[in-house]
Amino acid sequence: MGKILRRTFLIGSAAVGGGVAIGYWQVTKPYPNPLKSRLKDGETALTPYVIVAKDGVTIVAPRSEMGQGVRTTLAALVAEELDVDLNAIKVINGPASKAYYNSMLMEEAAGQAATDVSAGAERMRNATKVIAKIMGSQATGGSTAIPDAFERMRSAGAAARIVLTKAAAKSLGVSASELTTENGMVIAADGTSIAYTELAGEAANIKPPSNPPLREKSKWRYLGKSLDRLDMVEKCTGTAEYAIDVRLPDMAYATVRVNCHLGAGVKSYDASKAKARADVKKVVPVKNGLAVVSTNTWNAFQAVQDLEIEWEPAPYPVNDADIVASHRAAFDDKPDSQKRKDGDVEAVLAEGDIIETEYLVPYLAHATMEPMNAVAHLRDGKLDLWVGTQSPTRCLDVAKDLTGLDEDDIDIHTMYLGGGFGRRGEIDFVAQAIEVAKAMEGTPIKLVWSREEDMCHDMYRPLTLARFRGAIRDGKPAAFDMHVAASAAAIDAFERQGMNLNMADPTITQNAWDNPYKIDNYRVTGYRAKKALPVGFWRSVGASQNAFFQECATDELANAANADPLQFRLDMLDHEPSRKVLEAVAEMSGWGGALPEGRARGIAYYLSFGVPVAEVIEIVDTGAGLKVDKAFVAADVGLALDPRNIEAQLQSGVIYGLTAAIQGAITIEDGVVKQKNFNEYDAMRMYQAPSIDVRILENGPHITGVGEPGLPPAAPALANAIFALSGKRIRELPLNNSIAFI
Amino acid sequence: MQLTINGKNHEVDVDPETPLLWVLRDEVGLTGTKFGCGIAMCGACTVHVNGQPRRSCSLPVKLVDGDITTIEGIGTPDAMNAVQEAWVENQVAQCGFCQSGQIMTAAALLSMNPEPSDDDIDRAMSGNICRCGTYPRIRAAVHAAAAKMRGA
Repeated sequence: MGKILRRTFLIGSAAVGGGVAIGYWQVTKPYPNPLKSRLKDGETALTPYVIVAKDGVTIVAPRSEMGQGVRTTLAALVAEELDVDLNAIKVINGPASKAYYNSMLMEEAAGQAATDVSAGAERMRNATKVIAKIMGSQATGGSTAIPDAFERMRSAGAAARIVLTKAAAKSLGVSASELTTENGMVIAADGTSIAYTELAGEAANIKPPSNPPLREKSKWRYLGKSLDRLDMVEKCTGTAEYAIDVRLPDMAYATVRVNCHLGAGVKSYDASKAKARADVKKVVPVKNGLAVVSTNTWNAFQAVQDLEIEWEPAPYPVNDADIVASHRAAFDDKPDSQKRKDGDVEAVLAEGDIIETEYLVPYLAHATMEPMNAVAHLRDGKLDLWVGTQSPTRCLDVAKDLTGLDEDDIDIHTMYLGGGFGRRGEIDFVAQAIEVAKAMEGTPIKLVWSREEDMCHDMYRPLTLARFRGAIRDGKPAAFDMHVAASAAAIDAFERQGMNLNMADPTITQNAWDNPYKIDNYRVTGYRAKKALPVGFWRSVGASQNAFFQECATDELANAANADPLQFRLDMLDHEPSRKVLEAVAEMSGWGGALPEGRARGIAYYLSFGVPVAEVIEIVDTGAGLKVDKAFVAADVGLALDPRNIEAQLQSGVIYGLTAAIQGAITIEDGVVKQKNFNEYDAMRMYQAPSIDVRILENGPHITGVGEPGLPPAAPALANAIFALSGKRIRELPLNNSIAFI
Repeated sequence: MQLTINGKNHEVDVDPETPLLWVLRDEVGLTGTKFGCGIAMCGACTVHVNGQPRRSCSLPVKLVDGDITTIEGIGTPDAMNAVQEAWVENQVAQCGFCQSGQIMTAAALLSMNPEPSDDDIDRAMSGNICRCGTYPRIRAAVHAAAAKMRGA
């Protein structure tokens, strides 16, 4: 103890620990290996990522597979160093544990400009990893899984290989330096080979090295190549298991009705009609609503409608006009942040012609294909939870809070996610399943939301207003002044986790303030609008709306300067990776080339999550409405681990972004979300979807993730194409409120 | 009530108004067919009844008038159907939740139209939503499956 005290000094305890002293030794000490308490006989956990047993090798890929292909790429990182055949091993998500904390989670909040790679900026980035470690959040999101895992999981594979080699050396009675490894075997100079699976026992007693050397890129066997996804066959044969597919003996089926005045409670209720149904086993109060337990999902859906409930009123303005007005009023308040203030925009804007515009984007739902659901089983002082979650440790927290059980008595089984997009980082539906399991102790409970419940009880992409003023002087951009008002998505999301952050909300001007355009007078100011609907992380978060504002405004400036929109952007950029994506997309799309009557192109560029992306959208006027015919995407990922999967992610971002741009809107009527299902909140469909050409570049300084960065440029590229086609400048989303699409 | 699902007879005891989807998933235990919307808008629940694509979420089980085929009935991981093979070769799925329905719709299309044009594919497949936006690869996989089936 004395030794620990002498070595202890405080770091950042006020910032993150809420007054708790965080010792240096706690920060540097690795979290215990969570696999150790869960091993079966004969299994050895060489690191938190590698289990070896007689019957095979298992890799833990602790990020949630929600479609982005992360399970395959993470397994490949380990397999690359471990020397195993990726198709001959098992890959699991593993238990919920702080050991799998996401080291990248706080980087965005620290606020280093994406293009700043100075020593100071890198030091700050590293410092945020320490904070992320203390927070211990095993979360998937923010396009962080790959940068977080790139060294960490290769190191885990390398350390495991060294342990296995030492174990083989011991049993062969030779020096480890005489041994090599290949395809799950340790091989001696004389050709004798021992399978890893034979070394599990011996390896259990060998401590893994903490900083093993990693292989050169030129030696890579899996990384840098397009791999067949490990989940593909399952997902094409109906055998992939999502939480909604879990079946347990004697399981009961539940659903909920929660107040559609979001955040408000139940005033009173009468459950007698529902309880009179033969199929209803129980009615259980949950936060702000009621759950019904029945014999199958359909019966539960019917029975919950038989509840008569009087609801508390909405704690926010009850229609869109009032919510927009409350956002507009935020511009009169003190700014929440002003992270960019170059030169003197006011001086330039005070004289001569200026461009002054206002942009508005609506709330958006995530609308994952798989509605929210979870399976919970509480019995004999143990809780098992099967859930599609982006945050297993948060599920663990809520399970501990609601049951009072110790962490060791709770098992979180992270299943495949039928879409996440940020929605499954929330735990409202998980808490409900646990509440019902408590009320029905001993009975496994599958709790499934209807689509209507799902769409009306989201944590939405914030409705956001932007005011822009800009000026062209001598044909060049001279002032760029962007003011953005939104409610605080990050602060709200952290608050729901019980963490109060007394800071500016980083999402309001996310990736807008550090846009690399060089204009002498450049200002970006964020304003925090009053809370209305609950808001949270929606794929690409603040970048989804800020790209629309920035890139439409930039197009308006280019037009005022009589400049080509591509050249206008290039002239403002000295960031090489950004220039290269613009040049690439221009070449791919035939930018500047003639098009037949009724066709036009639009361009947009945005740097989000460290990835500069340029997109060109080509539209055609079909006579029956506009069609997005072609999309071209060039993105700089720094280092591409799996090109075919990166292509899929970028295409996915474009379609998700176009869906929102063309038709996505969540609106409020009488305090209730009006859109209840896909008939009122549709997704882009096959006949509306463009062809999408992708080019991946690798000029950037950091390895990056691409679940999100493909999305932000899609909306402005489309709006700019509409301007090119029709001269109509649409500044409000969704676009189909102003112009018809097929 | 008697149902024939993937060539096997099943006796189920449910409210006859229950949509086929929930009979398959909760009563019979075939969970490959997915719940997405409950109003026949997303296609995740698509199965075949007498070879025709049907939205099982909106089809009361009492109205089922023929043999039912689900995703589990057209192929298995060890013996995939040509459409499933084409899906795997084109690495179509992302989150994968809609893909059972996409594959069942595509299989029905190809059984009626062995060489569909892009327009034919648009018409047949536009009832199926994919929030991950796998449409470009679905299109490629439908063409690939068609070629595979013509060659076979």
